[in-house]
Amino acid sequence: MSYLTKDPILVGPLLAAVSAPERGGTALFLGSVRSGAGEDVTGIEYSGYEDMVEAEFGRIVAEAGERWRGARVEVRHRLGLVPVGEASIAVAAAAPHRAAAFDACRYVIEEVKKRLPIWKKEFHADGTTVWVDPSGKPQAAPR
Amino acid sequence: MTGTVRVRFFARYAELVGRTESDLALALPATVGDVVRAVRTTVPGGGEIPERPLAAVNLRHARFDAPVRAGDEVALLPPVAGG
Repeated sequence: MSYLTKDPILVGPLLAAVSAPERGGTALFLGSVRSGAGEDVTGIEYSGYEDMVEAEFGRIVAEAGERWRGARVEVRHRLGLVPVGEASIAVAAAAPHRAAAFDACRYVIEEVKKRLPIWKKEFHADGTTVWVDPSGKPQAAPR
Repeated sequence: MTGTVRVRFFARYAELVGRTESDLALALPATVGDVVRAVRTTVPGGGEIPERPLAAVNLRHARFDAPVRAGDEVALLPPVAGG
């Protein structure tokens, strides 16, 4: 099994994977490519250190399972060019009750933001591309 | 004693050095910081990489003073932007 996909993310299989009779609460988070007001983003190209992404996702999911006993988490991250409006990540978390489902889901996406070695290159309508640096200023990418 | 480590470059850093990996010989024992210094001084374009980038050793995030052994894979990681 891989946590990565180059195809659009299907949430049905993720929800099915975490579903069980004893888990009465399920939380689903989708992160989608955005083009805000005044922006001209057409899509984002995601690339990653794929071997480490798989390892790091495994660690994050295991941590969530240890912190919220009875919770089950599934996650997919997309690679390649993702158009505006489509999901780049989906996190599904199910637990016996809603609080643990929300908390486990939130934990996974927050750890992803801090730890997952994935990078984004924004594509703009005028043909320019920019590496996204959440810690500082965007860096223009060579054409 | 010297040893060889494989250094991997990603995203903007790969563009700066014009490659995705490089085998680097360096004096052992060494740290992540030693690897970064060697990259910045011996790999063409490496001087453009920050002095203290994020790094990973063998698929785990590693501190600047973490030990590096012969055969390790050391990755220099631009600020991560997953999700």
